[in-house]
Amino acid sequence: MSASAEVIAGIFIFVGTIISLISAIGLVRLPDVYTRSHAGSKSSTLGVLSVLVGTLLYFVISEGYFSIRLILGIVFVFLTAPVAAHVICRAAYRSNVPLTETSAEDQLKDYFEQQSKEVNE
Amino acid sequence: MFDTLMILSLTILTVAILLNLFRLVRGPSNADRVQALDAIGINLISGIAIFSVFLHTHAFFELILLIGILSFIGTIAFARFIERGYAIERKR
Repeated sequence: MSASAEVIAGIFIFVGTIISLISAIGLVRLPDVYTRSHAGSKSSTLGVLSVLVGTLLYFVISEGYFSIRLILGIVFVFLTAPVAAHVICRAAYRSNVPLTETSAEDQLKDYFEQQSKEVNE
Repeated sequence: MFDTLMILSLTILTVAILLNLFRLVRGPSNADRVQALDAIGINLISGIAIFSVFLHTHAFFELILLIGILSFIGTIAFARFIERGYAIERKR
């Protein structure tokens, strides 16, 4: 009983930390704010979700203890981490942080220019 | 064996937090720094979860929820400050 809990929780937790490490490497190596936000938000969210699911399964299988707080934590992280990444990217774009030079086009800039032209007319 | 795996996972998580800390110190814009702080908060959550498995206790589960909420509120406040110059609107 306890051995199967250790195997399942060990797999989930180890995979989760590996995903967090990949996210951190992406945060260091990618060229601008928007690509870094892509790496940082998605994969670190997936890593922490995997670790929390592993913890939940460990306590459910080994002790029969089902934690509502852990479920709430999983739902909360899953809902709020993409929202936080969206708000940071929006703030970066509004405060004129430049895109990297290898990015091909900026459709949002065209949209803003068109909108300001319509307002002026 | 299981304890060794948990210590190995904590070591990998520490390396990830150190890489995030590099981005926090080095980041060219303020949005990079807020991004790195958010990632550090999320990694701290999984560190607490691994510690509670390692110590066989469920006394720390409130902290997971608490750090998640505090990290989210701090990120939102910093982003509003970067975008508009203030975090809370003043009533006229």
